[in-house]
Amino acid sequence: MSLQSATSGVRYFLARKMDRDAHDRGSRVIQYLVFNVTPPVLVTALLLGLWELLCSGAGAVLPPPSQVVSDTWELITNPFYDHGGNDVGMAWQILASLERVAYGYTLAVIGGVALGVLVGQSTWAMRGLDPLFQVLRTVPPLAWLPISLAGFQDSHPSAIFVIFITAIWPIIINTSVGIRNIPEDYRNVAKVLRLNGFEYFHRIMLPAAAPYIFTGLRIGVGLSWLAIVAAEMLIGGVGIGFFIWDAWNASLISDIILALVYVGIVGFILDRLVAFIGVRVTRGTAEA
Amino acid sequence: MSKHYLTIEKVDKTFSKGGVSSRVLDNINLQVDRGEYISIIGHSGCGKSTVLNIVAGLLDASSGGVILDGKEVTTPGPDRAMVFQNHSLLPWLTVYENVALAVDKTFRGSKTAKERKEWALHNLALVSMSHALDKRPSEISGGMKQRVGIARALAMEPKVLLLDEPFGALDALTRAHLQDEVMRIQAELHNTVMMITHDVDEAVLLSDRIVMMTNGPSATIGEILTIDLPRPRDRIALADDPKYNHYRQEVLRFLYEKQRKVEPIDSRRKSSSKEQEKDAEACAAQA
Repeated sequence: MSLQSATSGVRYFLARKMDRDAHDRGSRVIQYLVFNVTPPVLVTALLLGLWELLCSGAGAVLPPPSQVVSDTWELITNPFYDHGGNDVGMAWQILASLERVAYGYTLAVIGGVALGVLVGQSTWAMRGLDPLFQVLRTVPPLAWLPISLAGFQDSHPSAIFVIFITAIWPIIINTSVGIRNIPEDYRNVAKVLRLNGFEYFHRIMLPAAAPYIFTGLRIGVGLSWLAIVAAEMLIGGVGIGFFIWDAWNASLISDIILALVYVGIVGFILDRLVAFIGVRVTRGTAEA
Repeated sequence: MSKHYLTIEKVDKTFSKGGVSSRVLDNINLQVDRGEYISIIGHSGCGKSTVLNIVAGLLDASSGGVILDGKEVTTPGPDRAMVFQNHSLLPWLTVYENVALAVDKTFRGSKTAKERKEWALHNLALVSMSHALDKRPSEISGGMKQRVGIARALAMEPKVLLLDEPFGALDALTRAHLQDEVMRIQAELHNTVMMITHDVDEAVLLSDRIVMMTNGPSATIGEILTIDLPRPRDRIALADDPKYNHYRQEVLRFLYEKQRKVEPIDSRRKSSSKEQEKDAEACAAQA
């Protein structure tokens, strides 16, 4: 009885193993498609169908997806046209927004990591600055816009400042938590090796805090993309935010919907990009 | 001026937290000769680790001091390399890089880049870890991590090697294997070693002298037992050796008769958080 069950177990195991070897690669690709691609595609198709159904009636205020595509076909197929002024293709609009985000976010990364290290390392800096940060971080991004316009007297640096001030708080806070959570053992290793300040910073502190820092960076990039659209609506010029506002003023609802789709996709890509860099950089920093 | 290599003189240590001060160590005196293997044994919470941390320079003594090779110890340094219980390898560096970091830092002025590389590889070979140079700590077993930790400490050519329960988190077989390795390495290099342990067999097998500490608070050195067994020592032969068993009995008698630890339930809470952490780690590692 037990022998029989044992042999059948072995046979089952062998069959499984042969199975695995046979379609190792192919089956893994198919599995990935089935489990990860099919569900979102199905759900999206379902929602689009529902939207088409709801907005196809006579009294519908919003265009159905089919009409959005036909209305904006020119914009979709020709993203790089340039008719001067604000009348440029979607790609240019998005790139203009991305440029602002790049400036503001880069400044936020530099400032945020530096301040985070300071607050994480020094108890006095934390006591002095942390309450200030906790208050300032709750100020909504757009509330900074008027004051920065007053300060810079120009819309371009103001938009960059809004991005900076939006993205910097999660970076500061996560970095400082990461620094404070460096295990005592690593500090002891550094002491026994007599690492100097700079060596400690780049050999111990940054790698040990990297997972936390990247959490902050990822939240920060999401917030800056959220803030740019709103800020651009107010400051005007080329940019996806003002494009949406302009389309609203011209009652081009289909253009707005297309822009929203692009904004969402770009935001998703930004998030995944930072996450990807984080995974590459922090490879191996997890607790051993 | 003492002619001993390492002297711990009248060391007291008082921790104060929130206005309440507790005396952990009281008048610790110990002389260690060059090349001697010393074990410190005692119940948990008796301040063994505190003694080692004071020798390492990671903690300051409240009064008294430590003199190593004619110089007073004030700060941590590579001449007192430490092997931590939980290995403390940097997880973002490979096995080789962990040792190389220590070698580069210690010998930057005195060895060329090529010599430093060879020295790091030599020390990894000494602990039989040459096969895993490019592995990260997360990819190797607990015993291997501890080998690398030992290689890193040896590579600093310390005047005294400090081992803080180095085998505590390992399973019994791996532990025995590493103990043999440490004996082999010590026979080869004649290091001066100070080891914390609460394993009686380990202490008797490895040590020249066993320092037995009384229970805290105000712990001090209760007895010092000289282990007069010829080296190299073989654990299998010794298991049946009356002298060896006599030494074991001496240590056991000290720990369980003279310093029997009656631990009230709430003293667990009072014992320092670091000690608790260590206990938790040891439990986790055994599980």
